[in-house]
Amino acid sequence: MLRNLILMLLGAVIGITGVVATTPVVEADEQFIPMLVYRTGPYAPSGIPVANGFRDYYTMINNRDGGINGVKITFEECETEYNTKLGVECYEKLKNKGSTGASLVNPFSTGITYQLIPKASVDEVPILSMGYGRTAAADGRVFKWVFNFPTTYWSQASAFIRYVAQQEGGEKNLKGKKIAHVYHNSAYGKEANPTLQALSKKYGYELVLLAVDHPGQEQKATWLQIRRAKPDWVFMSGWGVMNQVAIKEAASIRYPMDHFVGNWWSGSDADVVPAAAGAKGYKSATFHSPTSDYPVHSDIIKHVYGGDMSKAKKNSFGEVLYNRTIVNAMFAVEAIRTAQAKYGNRALTGAEVRWGLENLNITENRLKEMGMEGFTKPVKVSCSDHETGGPIIIQQWDGSKWNIVSDWVSPIREVVRPMVEKAAAAYATENGIKPRSC
Amino acid sequence: MEIISFLNLVFVNPLVEIFSYPIFFAEVVISGLLTGVMYSLVALGFVLIFKASGVFNFAQGAMVLFAALNLVGFIEQGFPIWLALLLTIIVMIILAFLIERFMLRHLINQEDIILFMATIGLTFLLQGFGETLWGSNVKPLDLGIPNQSFEVAGLLLNEFDLFAAGSGAILVGVLAVFFHYTRIGRALRAVADDHQAAMAVGIPLKTIWIIVWSVAGFVGLVAGIMWGAKSGVQFSLSLIALKALPVLILGGFTSVPGAIVGGLIIGVGEKIAEIYWRPLVGGAIENWFAYVLALAFLLFRPQGLFGERIIERV
Repeated sequence: MLRNLILMLLGAVIGITGVVATTPVVEADEQFIPMLVYRTGPYAPSGIPVANGFRDYYTMINNRDGGINGVKITFEECETEYNTKLGVECYEKLKNKGSTGASLVNPFSTGITYQLIPKASVDEVPILSMGYGRTAAADGRVFKWVFNFPTTYWSQASAFIRYVAQQEGGEKNLKGKKIAHVYHNSAYGKEANPTLQALSKKYGYELVLLAVDHPGQEQKATWLQIRRAKPDWVFMSGWGVMNQVAIKEAASIRYPMDHFVGNWWSGSDADVVPAAAGAKGYKSATFHSPTSDYPVHSDIIKHVYGGDMSKAKKNSFGEVLYNRTIVNAMFAVEAIRTAQAKYGNRALTGAEVRWGLENLNITENRLKEMGMEGFTKPVKVSCSDHETGGPIIIQQWDGSKWNIVSDWVSPIREVVRPMVEKAAAAYATENGIKPRSC
Repeated sequence: MEIISFLNLVFVNPLVEIFSYPIFFAEVVISGLLTGVMYSLVALGFVLIFKASGVFNFAQGAMVLFAALNLVGFIEQGFPIWLALLLTIIVMIILAFLIERFMLRHLINQEDIILFMATIGLTFLLQGFGETLWGSNVKPLDLGIPNQSFEVAGLLLNEFDLFAAGSGAILVGVLAVFFHYTRIGRALRAVADDHQAAMAVGIPLKTIWIIVWSVAGFVGLVAGIMWGAKSGVQFSLSLIALKALPVLILGGFTSVPGAIVGGLIIGVGEKIAEIYWRPLVGGAIENWFAYVLALAFLLFRPQGLFGERIIERV
């Protein structure tokens, strides 16, 4: 009896302190941003730098500026393990937190994004799926609540083909070439296929599609097919362990690494670690610099880590995915700032932040003010264009670090945009959505 | 017309390809055999524990991860490789002791399903504890095993794959000798046949369990080294247990040679299916094809290729 009583009391104490420790105290002038993270599970090596990047940028804004125009940012992490079901549960758990509910949500998973799209308009929580998610959401007339700027999988795939054309001496030289797409066998991995197929018809290259099942620990069959097909270029849409194994297998069949290009989710620091020297020459697309020598980084070191670089490094500081999340968090903060200009410097609702996202205009000057000049490209979102068709840039692994090795490469908009509009129109028809007039 | 096209994809095109490019086919088979040995390494851990205690150890994949995490962790702490290996083996023995003391001892004579459920719990414990201890980042594992590719008669071979296959073969040989020609091995088999009878003739059940879980931990370490060297040591190592399941179904849960032969058949079968029958369904079939292959065998031999046929009166 006494034992049970002690256990009950212990449980109550743990329960109460647990709640106090994990529930942020949100006041009226605080802007709440939910964080769907994956610090555990098979995709944790990619999820950790992402989560750390968000946390550090928001903390830096709070510590350096006192928040966004005086409105502090609060955030709460919820572990998704990159699992769509858990991601939806996290969203449901966090969407009403804070005095005004969730400002916006960054799912950081294409699967979770797909599931949240129908919910976003009902809950009035905008989704910012930066460079992932449903590509058709680029058509803001149909997808009012979803944003995928600065660029999408389809734009990326088309920019990759343009890059190949540049390397091969012009678009006419694409004819007769063979390009393989090694992709994660999931909604995410398949996203680039329609674009690559459409461009294959346009330019006359042969496309070889090779799917790799989750998680991608074993890929011998895939790379034997690459060895037999001898493609001139390999494009990869991988994630997590799939990337690491693919790079290692490519090296093991002696595929020329400088003709092996990953998409922007296949070019992190973790991806090249197991292959070590074998990864030298491997390339990937990106839309920001891989280095950490910008003023924004100095501010993070100063205002988040108190000048302690070694502590920052232990928290993924400066890694590719960390840098990408700095860009993502900056977009979120600037959207809130944009919305504040219209609605006032207070905690905003999701609907108000959505307006901010749709009217976001980050110029070169603004990037410079934020210490990000040259770190990424300007973005101007509009009612009809939630993607902006931003360019990509190619980075290459030299054995110890990533280096930028190309100019900015624009997507082939005249091919991609009609495809986006067609897919969006089909989605609108299927779901009974009346497109907005923009 | 569609039926003809379908029949072509099933029966004609693959065979035409195989006979048109025999060297490539040989490369596919060799690659499948080498991959199969890697599967066998994981399957062996399952077999050892099932053979000795009748427990299907769901945590074997997590043990592979846990062993590899400890090894890399010790190396990162600055220990020389030989010492890191030794320390990891000691950790796995301690783990076996703790499993016996805090899990198995309390479940003697319980239903198999209860023991199975306990190992599911152990899986989460090992994954969480391992990552808490050593972190979730991808950790490179380089023990100096050669990793160059070379061609022999047009076949591309990789030194690492051959090394892994050799290690697997040696491990199996040692285990086979251990089971058949040592006192402990005989005791292990006695325990596997009947717990109570084994205890009645004086075989110390608890000691046997510690030994067998330690050996399974060592096998997990070898598997962790081989797989970890390919992908880096990270959480997904624990998922390779899924690759071992069809091997076990095929080879039988109680047979060491079964784990090896099953691994080879699954390895070769899935590679051939993925490469030659891929156009039929659009690719990425090797994961589930392994199960189809295993289940097809079960139609003819329900106990697996080398499993013991169990006849019970009902």
